[in-house]
Amino acid sequence: MIRSLPNSRRYTWSFNLFILAYFTFLFAPLAVTCIFAFNDSNFPSLPWNGFSLDWFTSPGPERVGIFHDEQNLRSILTSFQTAFFVAILSTVVGTCSAFLFEQEEFPFKNGLYFLMLAPLVIPGVILGISLLLAANTAGTFFEDSFGIDIGLFRPSFWLVVFGQFSFITTFVSLVVSARLRKFDHSLEEAAMILGATRLEAIWLITLRYLRPAVIGAGAVAFLMSFENFNTTLFLVGSEPTLPINLYLQVRDGSTPVINSISLLLIVGTSGLALFNLYCSKKED
Amino acid sequence: MKNGFRLTFWLFLSPVLLWLFLLIVIPHLDLLILSFRGESDIGDPVWTLQNYKNFFIEPIYWNTFIRTALYAMITTLCTFVLALPVSFYIVKLARPRTRGFLTVLLLLPFWVSELVRVYGWMILLRESGVFNYFLLNFGIIHQPIEMLYNDITMVMGLVYTSMLFMVVPLISVMESLDDSLIEAAHDLEATRFDILRTIIIPHCKPGITSGAIVVFMLALGNYLTPNLMGGKNSLWFTEQIYNQFIASFNWNQGAAFGFLLLVLSSAIIWIGLKVTRQKLGEVAS
Amino acid sequence: MLFSVGVASLYHSQDRQTLCAMANDLSVHNVVRKFGNFTAVDDVSFDVPQGSFFSILGPSGCGKTTLLRMIAGFDEPTSGSLSIRDKDMRGVPPNKRPVNLVFQHLALFPMMNVEENIGFGLRRRGMSRAEIAKRSEAILERVDLPGYGTKRVSQLSGGQKQRVAIARCLVMEPSVLLLDEPLGALDLKLREQMKVELKKLQAKVGTTFIYITHDQSEALVMSDRIAVMNEGRFEQVGAPRELYNDPRTPFVAKFVGDNNVWSGKVEETGEYLTVRTNEGLLFQARSHEAYSSRIGVDLFLRPEALRIEPKVVTGLNTFQVSVKTILFDGANSRLLTVMPGGHELLVSLPQNRQFDYIEPGAIITLGWHPDSGLCFKV
Repeated sequence: MIRSLPNSRRYTWSFNLFILAYFTFLFAPLAVTCIFAFNDSNFPSLPWNGFSLDWFTSPGPERVGIFHDEQNLRSILTSFQTAFFVAILSTVVGTCSAFLFEQEEFPFKNGLYFLMLAPLVIPGVILGISLLLAANTAGTFFEDSFGIDIGLFRPSFWLVVFGQFSFITTFVSLVVSARLRKFDHSLEEAAMILGATRLEAIWLITLRYLRPAVIGAGAVAFLMSFENFNTTLFLVGSEPTLPINLYLQVRDGSTPVINSISLLLIVGTSGLALFNLYCSKKED
Repeated sequence: MKNGFRLTFWLFLSPVLLWLFLLIVIPHLDLLILSFRGESDIGDPVWTLQNYKNFFIEPIYWNTFIRTALYAMITTLCTFVLALPVSFYIVKLARPRTRGFLTVLLLLPFWVSELVRVYGWMILLRESGVFNYFLLNFGIIHQPIEMLYNDITMVMGLVYTSMLFMVVPLISVMESLDDSLIEAAHDLEATRFDILRTIIIPHCKPGITSGAIVVFMLALGNYLTPNLMGGKNSLWFTEQIYNQFIASFNWNQGAAFGFLLLVLSSAIIWIGLKVTRQKLGEVAS
Repeated sequence: MLFSVGVASLYHSQDRQTLCAMANDLSVHNVVRKFGNFTAVDDVSFDVPQGSFFSILGPSGCGKTTLLRMIAGFDEPTSGSLSIRDKDMRGVPPNKRPVNLVFQHLALFPMMNVEENIGFGLRRRGMSRAEIAKRSEAILERVDLPGYGTKRVSQLSGGQKQRVAIARCLVMEPSVLLLDEPLGALDLKLREQMKVELKKLQAKVGTTFIYITHDQSEALVMSDRIAVMNEGRFEQVGAPRELYNDPRTPFVAKFVGDNNVWSGKVEETGEYLTVRTNEGLLFQARSHEAYSSRIGVDLFLRPEALRIEPKVVTGLNTFQVSVKTILFDGANSRLLTVMPGGHELLVSLPQNRQFDYIEPGAIITLGWHPDSGLCFKV
């Protein structure tokens, strides 16, 4: 049944076949999307008309490749910017959270811990709408009481950042906590008795130890932010992120430029994920 | 001990408190409050239960919800049925070197946006898609079949999207299953099915439960996949919420729906845990 | 509780010079540490004179680690005071105290090499890089690891890591060096070696060492004075020989060195106590207090105090035993003997060929001088 036991040929082969089928199922949509990015056709479908780089490089007017597609390029930039800020914010707050729950004792710690886990199970849609409502309430309050109009409270870039940040931080916290738990606390004490303040000890010793986990978590946060849809949908203003933009195009019908964008996304995110994996293996 | 250490405690606590209260607690409270607000006939804001009543009165709303919940459960079941053999293979059958490679391969698709994955399925399945092209070409059918926009495809799409969240906890819990237990059972002449039923599944229970909870909530709260793969027939509850917010601009109604989604899905999970006699604390890991 | 001999003499001496020369590096007064209802450290007081090697010996859970952490500053006493070189340490955080701690698992920073580890504390003080390099090399020479600065922690052996950990502390020139069971992770031969090396190092460097351990052999070999601790209290404080030869409580008698124990009742008092053991034997032995008749006592006797087939028996307690097994262990060889009735006794077996004839099953006579046996009330 397992590798250390004798298995019948039939068992092994049928299992292997199943796994093969499974991975085909897993990669089929991705493979197909990538292939059609190179199809010399105005539609992302068969027949195959020949190999073409049009959907990447063509400046138009008939076919606008991704490198010339203003709107899509802008949304990619917006996604990068959003992801960048989300990654930084969530890494910082997530690390604070990890320290808080692993190293400190305080009343209601358990309750706060469950609250911290909540964003994981709350559907992204609910996170989105709740923040939208709260921001709106705050916005109208400030406008009515003080007459000031704070752009932050309307669907906007920063609202998206905070919406994504609200649950991605939980992931970061869990990843960093896992590594912090394995930390030999006496190293911090050794640093302190050699003259370092607690902050110095954390900065010089503990954070050095946590570095691979923090960087890994930051990379995860970046990726999660980049591809987020459900929460962003309700918070996005005039600058759509890439998933939102793509969604509109897919829904309303568009050209194979979507395929070329998808290819770039697949290559980019896979590359980052693999790099992250390689780095974490190296540190081990 | 805590005199000089107080500073670091507050340093860690403040951002976390700010984050949780400003972005989670207060918005959800606001959600709750707004769901109880409506407008009277003359347009004045007023406290009302009407938003909630509407849910129960209009059959389309609670029908949609029940449908969503049922399909989410089916999705969870299908994901489990697929994920179990896959994780079993990777942990127990594959050679150690292939194992790392397979795990990476398994996780790779999920780094890419859900949108790209759904789009890929659309290319494959729609009328002008790849499958239809081959079926027509080989003369198996004479008219293209619309494979999208039905329940089966929608569930498949949800399963595809949620797979990661079932496989990862399963792999993790199966790694802790000692091979020698299976070997011992085999030695005692148990059939493969027996081993599965009495050893593997009970051992994996915590992983199965945490995976199931995450997959269920994800499927229930998913907007993108049902919308694109189920089309107008999707009748997914999140769509109702979206409509109320973005289309009808009836935020109070949308708030009520959102809150109902949260409460009812939590209730389902709670019942599920009770039925399988587990505690949330043990599962949360 | 007990004060060191040095301080006791101070109070009686009028010589202020002596007072300064015998200053205490550490003074602990009535320190108590409670955790809720549990008292980990129960009214402990002691002084450690400058330049001495002081050990706190006790079983796991006796409170010695808690006490050490309070001296280091990682914990504050519930009540009582702690001073180092006459400065009260209440509220002073560990990074400001003139103490250093060698941790049980050494806590060497894995991401730094040896020199960076040693220089860590000096860097916190803002010393120049040149000065740090100089001092690091000097201290490495002192611990017999010259030129090891560039090695990584993972490249060091167990004994070498020990010495680096100690060097890291000594380079800070602390008033007091605390050592938390540092030899536990080493294998037997290395441990024996390190015991001697630590004692020599302390004498060479002159810093006050405070050493905590559960291993009585370590404490006996290295220390100038030992405090035996049990359940939060100091049972006895004294020089190693004093503790070994003249334990003041049954716990100390049992914990330090090996023992044979008889339970019995006092029959007569006098210069020596006459005790009737439960097996019916009549023995004469010492006691710290004059117990009256019919008091139940435990009689402690060390294996080396029992003489096999003594030629002269006047003034000795004698009795017969049957040899069960010969426990051969080189110089530590012993006989496991049994009295009629089943009570087992350990007897030291000198390896001078005199007793080679003894076989298991033999009946032999044992004798011991009343001075060797110590009675405690049960």
